[in-house]
Amino acid sequence: MDNRIPAVENKTPAVEMRNITKAFGGKVVANDKVWLDIYRGEILALLGENGSGKTTLMNMLSGIYFPDEGEISIDGREVVIRSPKDAFSLGIGMIHQHFKLVDVLTAAENIVLGLEGKLDLKAASERIRAICDAYGFQVDPNQKIYDMSVSQKQTVEIVKVLYRGADILILDEPTAVLTPQETEKLFSVLRTMRDDGKAIVIITHKMHEVIALSDRVAILRRGQFIGDMRTADTNAREMTNMMVGRPVTLNIERPDPVDPKPRIEVKDLTVRSADGILKLDGVSFVANAGEILGVAGISGCGQKELLESIAGLQSVESGSICYIEDDGSRDELIGKDPLAIANMGVSLSFVPEDRLGMGLVGSMDLAGNMMLRSYRRGHSVFADRRAPRELAEHVVEELEVVTPGVLTPVSRLSGGNVQKVLVGREIASSPTVLLTAYAVRGLDINASYTIYDLINRQKKNGVAVVYVGEDLDVLLELCDRILVLCGGKVSGIVPGRGANKHDVGLMMTQLGGTAHE
Amino acid sequence: MNKTAHTPLFHVSRRAPLPWYGAWAIRGGALLLALIVCAFVTTLVTGLNPLSVYGTIFQGSFGSARRAWVLFQNLAILLCVSLAVTPAFRMRFWNIGGEGQMLLGGLAAAACMILLGDRLPNWLLIVVTVVSSIAAGAIWGAIPAVFKAKWNTNETLFTLMMNYIAIQLVAYFIIVWEVPKGAGKIGIINQSTEAGWLPMLGSYKYLLNILVVAVICALMYVYLNYTKHGYEIAVVGESERTARYIGIKVERVIVRTMLLSGAVCGVAGMLLVAGTDHTLTTTITGGRGFTAVMVSWLAKFDPLWMIFTSFLIVFMERGASQISTDFGLSSSFADILTGVILFFIIGSEFFITYRLNLRHTGKEAD
Repeated sequence: MDNRIPAVENKTPAVEMRNITKAFGGKVVANDKVWLDIYRGEILALLGENGSGKTTLMNMLSGIYFPDEGEISIDGREVVIRSPKDAFSLGIGMIHQHFKLVDVLTAAENIVLGLEGKLDLKAASERIRAICDAYGFQVDPNQKIYDMSVSQKQTVEIVKVLYRGADILILDEPTAVLTPQETEKLFSVLRTMRDDGKAIVIITHKMHEVIALSDRVAILRRGQFIGDMRTADTNAREMTNMMVGRPVTLNIERPDPVDPKPRIEVKDLTVRSADGILKLDGVSFVANAGEILGVAGISGCGQKELLESIAGLQSVESGSICYIEDDGSRDELIGKDPLAIANMGVSLSFVPEDRLGMGLVGSMDLAGNMMLRSYRRGHSVFADRRAPRELAEHVVEELEVVTPGVLTPVSRLSGGNVQKVLVGREIASSPTVLLTAYAVRGLDINASYTIYDLINRQKKNGVAVVYVGEDLDVLLELCDRILVLCGGKVSGIVPGRGANKHDVGLMMTQLGGTAHE
Repeated sequence: MNKTAHTPLFHVSRRAPLPWYGAWAIRGGALLLALIVCAFVTTLVTGLNPLSVYGTIFQGSFGSARRAWVLFQNLAILLCVSLAVTPAFRMRFWNIGGEGQMLLGGLAAAACMILLGDRLPNWLLIVVTVVSSIAAGAIWGAIPAVFKAKWNTNETLFTLMMNYIAIQLVAYFIIVWEVPKGAGKIGIINQSTEAGWLPMLGSYKYLLNILVVAVICALMYVYLNYTKHGYEIAVVGESERTARYIGIKVERVIVRTMLLSGAVCGVAGMLLVAGTDHTLTTTITGGRGFTAVMVSWLAKFDPLWMIFTSFLIVFMERGASQISTDFGLSSSFADILTGVILFFIIGSEFFITYRLNLRHTGKEAD
């Protein structure tokens, strides 16, 4: 254990994990003899690429998995954690990436759900308020979950864990769904909790968050513990190199637009959801060929509806979406389904937000998923299985997809590799329009840069790219122009070069922001 | 605190994909265990020698050429219905209306044979019979599919209810066509002319049915695994949103697949009425529409596997009737044995995917 730093000034660790090994299906060793110490009064950032075993390790601490080997001690006492209930009784609480809340119940009801003893919602609400006051949360115990924003739901999850008396908190990619402002608020709460003596572990891929928030970082690579160090003593480059295992560059390339000319023209697009809620309100913009148009906005501001309208998956109330050919001829896309759009000869690729639920079929293998785009080819009643298989092999090789083979179900792959398969398939059809929604969500640095690179290559090939993103830093570095949505309306379109993060953040929360009135 | 008291006795983990012989070893072991448990049950409950009971079960299926033919006939019909419901199941459309679709196929066949028996040349009559049975089954299957596609009704309830309507329809027409009047049954249709009866191949009464089902089995395997339609069925079953994303018309696939499912059920009904029984009763299906659900699931919706799973079920059924006559046991006793065997076979799938890690030992327990 050469690169372990001396224990934080002879304090006993709150958690000691020793020699933890966990294998899935024999060959895939998710954790290999991992050592990890977690201290009270400290925020530990757990870093690693996709599939490096961070979540698995934390799941063992929170009782979801049981380690194949190794010991866990809490406050110096060896313990056995068989279930999430055991974990709670030891004061360990985990906030998962996917919230586990019951939509139709209130915050208070969700928080007390599953607890033993008499149900006293009034007393529970009191305690919830007390917890909120102590840490500066804003939760209305009587609000229904379905009425809440993503960040409010996350707050409920955190309060739920605190309510159960957790003083060792694990957060799995908590900022993936938050705006910069919400992230800042979360961080200040986490700092308060740290100062209160709680032990906090945060899993994240975003380097600037690691640097801004954590006291110590621990790095996993391919299931092995690589080292830990004080955040103050390191930097993004060193951490990334340790994660990846070789030096990497951290600049996103932004080539100049290639011969930009209008490709998709959206005019006064208005969309209502099935239950009548206005999702897009008079949205107009032009996406140029050879250019990346970024779309920024708080999550749920109409990004999904915008992309799905263009892709022919969303019924539109009014407005027009024109596809403009190279020779200037225009075709209306509204009212056409994806098949009709493809039959018009428009090669439109779409990387949806919900990768396994929409873009791919989880239980099918890589080759079967490649077939989704190509199976209709030819007049035979039989589907060609060879070409998709070759494409799958090509994508695996080209994009360095980590998989046992092209016959592995994609749901078995880690998030980054799933995304590579999806993006690989979508760009394989040499599109003229590429729509991407949260293309790098949940992806590690290495995979993210692979995706940026792929998107840039499409841009250089003259593809009109629409990039819906959540990380403003990336949007500002990658995109040529940024369309900012606010509550379903266009708050403004700013050039990516020279745009200011603060201004764009403001435009996301109020129409026109302040800088562009 | 004592650590061993706290470590769980075992925990479950996913195992690496087993080579085929490993999986078969586990399945074989499960079958062996099942037979041992059945032997204990037999001795405890009946006091009989389990080996002689097993012998009798085997005799019931293969004891004579006739018994073997009956076994294969039953196997063919059960397999046919199982194959019929499988495309729907692959689409996650729970068609438990196989009974009704079969009955309608049988009803259509009987109608053709009775009403057109002396009006058409025999070859044409057979063609008309076959076509109308297929059409009747297909329509009966497509009705719940249309409702599912248009209004997202629950297909499980819908197909189940359609069974009862089918039974009542058949009961009604049995009275209409009863011979002699007041008998409450149809009797053998066209007994003297044999009009509309499917031809016998050589002197083997059941051979045609068996061959027809063998061909359907092969076609279904190819259809599901190699055609564009089969692929669309799989995509729709796994994720409707993905299907729409890729431009598959989900409603059309649902209706099309249920037309097929119902059509093959109709064939099964026709094989019973025109092929072997030459009569129509409300119980002619023998519950196979429901048994088929189990056969299809046990085989994980793989047509080739279904040959084996339907064989197992039919084999045990035939054995059951044999031991009830030979030993005077209730045929429910054979159901107990079937239950035990199924329990072990289904349970063995768990051990093919997962392993138990016992406390302190690295050994696996199968």
